[in-house]
Amino acid sequence: MIGFWILAPVMVVAALGLLFARKAVHAALTLAVVMISLAVLYLIEDAPFLFAVQIIVYTGAILMLFLFVLMLVGVDASDSIVETIRGHRLVSIIVGLGFGLTLVLGVAQVSFGSAVGLVSANKDGNIPAIAKILFTRYVFAFEVTSALLITAALGAMVLAHRERLTPKPTQAALAAQRMRDYADKGTHLGPLPPPGVFARHNSVDTPALLPDGTAAEASISRVLAARGTVKSVPEISADIHELEGGEDS
Amino acid sequence: MSVTPFIVLSAILFTIGAVGVLTRRNAIVVFMCVELMLNASNLALVTFSRANGNLDGQIAAFFVMVVAAAEVVVGLAIIMTIFRTRRSASVDDASLLKY
Amino acid sequence: MTTAMTAHVLMHAPPVVDPSSAHGVFSILWLVIALPALGAVVLLLGGKRTDRWGHLLGVATVATSFLLSLILFISLLGRHSGNRQVSQHLWTWFTAGSYHVEFGLLYDQLSALFLLLITGVGALIHVYSVGYMEHDDRRRRFFGYLNLFITAMLILVLASDFVGVFLGWEGVGLASYLLIGFWQHKPTAAAAAKKAFVINRIGDIGLSLGASLIFVTFGSTSFAVVSANAHNASSGTLTAIGLLLLLAACGKSAQFPLQSWLLDAMEGPTPVSALIHAATMVTAGVYLIVRSNFIFSLTENARTGVIVVGCITLLMGAVIGCAKDDIKKALAGSTMSQIGYMVLAAGLGPAGYAFAIFHLLTHGFFKANMFLGAGSVMHGMDDDVNMRHYGALRKAMPYTFATFSIGYLAILGVPPFAGFWSKDKIIEAAFGDNLVVGLCALIGAGVTAFYMTRLMLLTFLSEKRWEKDVHPHESPTVMTVPLMALAGLSAVGGLLLVNNWITTWLSPVVGAHVEHKLGVGSVGMSLIALVVVVLGAAIAWQLVGQRPIPTVAPEKVSFLTRAARADLYGDAFNDEVIVKPGVAGIRGLLVFDATIVDGIVEGLAAAFTAVSNAFRHVQNGFVRSYALMLFAGALVVLFALLAVNFG
Repeated sequence: MIGFWILAPVMVVAALGLLFARKAVHAALTLAVVMISLAVLYLIEDAPFLFAVQIIVYTGAILMLFLFVLMLVGVDASDSIVETIRGHRLVSIIVGLGFGLTLVLGVAQVSFGSAVGLVSANKDGNIPAIAKILFTRYVFAFEVTSALLITAALGAMVLAHRERLTPKPTQAALAAQRMRDYADKGTHLGPLPPPGVFARHNSVDTPALLPDGTAAEASISRVLAARGTVKSVPEISADIHELEGGEDS
Repeated sequence: MSVTPFIVLSAILFTIGAVGVLTRRNAIVVFMCVELMLNASNLALVTFSRANGNLDGQIAAFFVMVVAAAEVVVGLAIIMTIFRTRRSASVDDASLLKY
Repeated sequence: MTTAMTAHVLMHAPPVVDPSSAHGVFSILWLVIALPALGAVVLLLGGKRTDRWGHLLGVATVATSFLLSLILFISLLGRHSGNRQVSQHLWTWFTAGSYHVEFGLLYDQLSALFLLLITGVGALIHVYSVGYMEHDDRRRRFFGYLNLFITAMLILVLASDFVGVFLGWEGVGLASYLLIGFWQHKPTAAAAAKKAFVINRIGDIGLSLGASLIFVTFGSTSFAVVSANAHNASSGTLTAIGLLLLLAACGKSAQFPLQSWLLDAMEGPTPVSALIHAATMVTAGVYLIVRSNFIFSLTENARTGVIVVGCITLLMGAVIGCAKDDIKKALAGSTMSQIGYMVLAAGLGPAGYAFAIFHLLTHGFFKANMFLGAGSVMHGMDDDVNMRHYGALRKAMPYTFATFSIGYLAILGVPPFAGFWSKDKIIEAAFGDNLVVGLCALIGAGVTAFYMTRLMLLTFLSEKRWEKDVHPHESPTVMTVPLMALAGLSAVGGLLLVNNWITTWLSPVVGAHVEHKLGVGSVGMSLIALVVVVLGAAIAWQLVGQRPIPTVAPEKVSFLTRAARADLYGDAFNDEVIVKPGVAGIRGLLVFDATIVDGIVEGLAAAFTAVSNAFRHVQNGFVRSYALMLFAGALVVLFALLAVNFG
């Protein structure tokens, strides 16, 4: 029970992190905390099999999948927690609070009596006991889950698959396209400018300076620009000044 | 070891998950909140299993995990597909089906 | 009628229909109907393949039916007078709960006479039609319709049940419609057919309601059950049934106020006018009243209605007949008038039933004879029907003239021709009932003499007024032979009254004949009637025969003539009283529908649209909004659960 009282506040705080974390990655990490704590709670509640499954399936597989997708999707304006539907957040919070309070109060009113405990059920070990039930009483449902998993895998493949509708462009075709863009729209013919070269922290987040002293937007990654981690020109100029001043002093 | 604290925790986690579904706009975070709700219900199932002294609740929680895995696979694939065509992972952007 | 008279009638309760089942020679009864039915089916379904011999089949089936009827009649004569009702049960038509309608035939003294009339006159007219319709491309179809008519008419008079009568009633209506509109390429014929059909529908409603009321009252519609229980019904019910049946009779027999279709029905081919609209179908109303004598004998009020209708119609028909220049319409007016006599006689109760049937038979002979004669005249005059274009045809058409004259003398009631015996008896019975009714009948006889003499003068006597290129000629033998046969019957039809045979013969069906002694005596009455007839003929001779006849009807005529030319404004009356208010009502309903009904419906629709428009904004496309509603719903469910568990 001590374990529960230690873990429960941690879990609630971590879950609240899901609500308030600005970045999806942080949300995923707080979710990982909740899930691992949950696994420990399973252990406390005499469910060692589910403890293992929780760690392996949820924390290991599902959360990793989330992180992969986050990586693929990248940074997005939807990370913002500014509400766009008028009145939605207020109503959501009121309904949520009402729901939570009602549920908690309702549950607290119910007398569950003293727990029977799983000592007798687990006397041959938890995993053999689960196996016995799973492969006897629930064998049909178990078989159906296999069909479900295969269907889900196929569905994911179908959804993620992208049919190539046009032939893959060759090097020659790409070069020709670049020349045509230059002729039609005046697109810069050469490679994009490299980022700045002032190696203070991470040179990739520093835009290159054009001869007139302004920053070259094309020289930094679009993702970094969206995250706002790019150094602004005044900062850079301050750095430059510092460097120059340092030489002077 | 009493039962009620576990159930109350489960209820709190479920409510947080539900509010997260309602307030977050990033589809992936919304999905995470759904997972939180599923986990909250799993906790309740495991707790009831202990309270009743049989393993059926644990079996149910196990099946919930299996279904959740399948759901996540398909759901994330859908999010990927939507993102590929709309360049956005916001659930508010997929709002063409309306009045 | 005096109360003493009523008591007298009630003392002699009407006879009960109680037939024995058919065996021996009577088991061929169904064949009488089946033969023309077979002819109709073969001719109407056989199509063009039967064109060459179709008319012969039509004649053969009806002629065979006539022979069978004759055999049956002779067999019936051989039976004892109390044992002359025969029934043949064919099959159970339909059953609903305790209600059974058996399809059965009733062959008794009344239907025996009708069978002879329908098949006999029908066969003669079939033969005549072979010649009359010779140049018509659709002759086969014509004979199919004629056979259909004979079938339906036989069902009507042989049915042992009001529902069976209704079947025949509708059948003859259909056949009449088809035959009036046989030359459907003429708009007037098509309109006349439709008019006849629609007006007959009103009468048909009377019959169906009457039959329904009979069923409600007696729990059965068969003649046997109804006649056995009729005295148990209340007088109000019986009067209602009687008046409904009278309405039916008015429709079918062209009696006032449903008379207006008969004159237009003359658009049909002349054999049709002779068979259907003179000899048989239009007498179905009289048959219905006489057949239902077990109802009419018990309800004096309904009989009074019958008498009134008969009187009005016999005068109306006669007046209309005076003014018509169309030979067939003049004869149609005469038909109306003569059927008025029959209806009047039927309304007199046991005193008149037998004479109604007697006059029906003789009228069937002489009117069919005259219609066929008119057809023969038209045949020779290039289908011209205007009598003002005739004149002096007696030399050109000697056989037609001779036979027509016999019919003329018969309808006038000149002894010893058939009409004398039958009409005189009706006039006598009418005087026995009521002085006013008797005077009506007597005046009718005088007017009849007037218009028939006018018709004879215009057509066969006087000077030639033929159109150019018209060369009257006698009709072929196939047409004159039926004329002669019918003329013979018109001459000797009175023989039925020898030794009061017809009243005795019919008494088991319609009840014992009741004789009224008149102050002037039977012979005196006949003399008075004869004087009136001669007077009418003399006036016609004076007014028509002694003056030049214009070939175009003069415009400056008395009001009465104009009214008679316009069918005594029957159509105008219908138009003003029924058609125009009906049209106005429909217009009103249309406006009501367009404003109020449509307004309600469209208003509701608009309200729903507005509400939906307001609510559709809930569907804002944001999945999070939907999730919020879902979650709020879950909260409500939670509250409900708590309320149930802890409330």
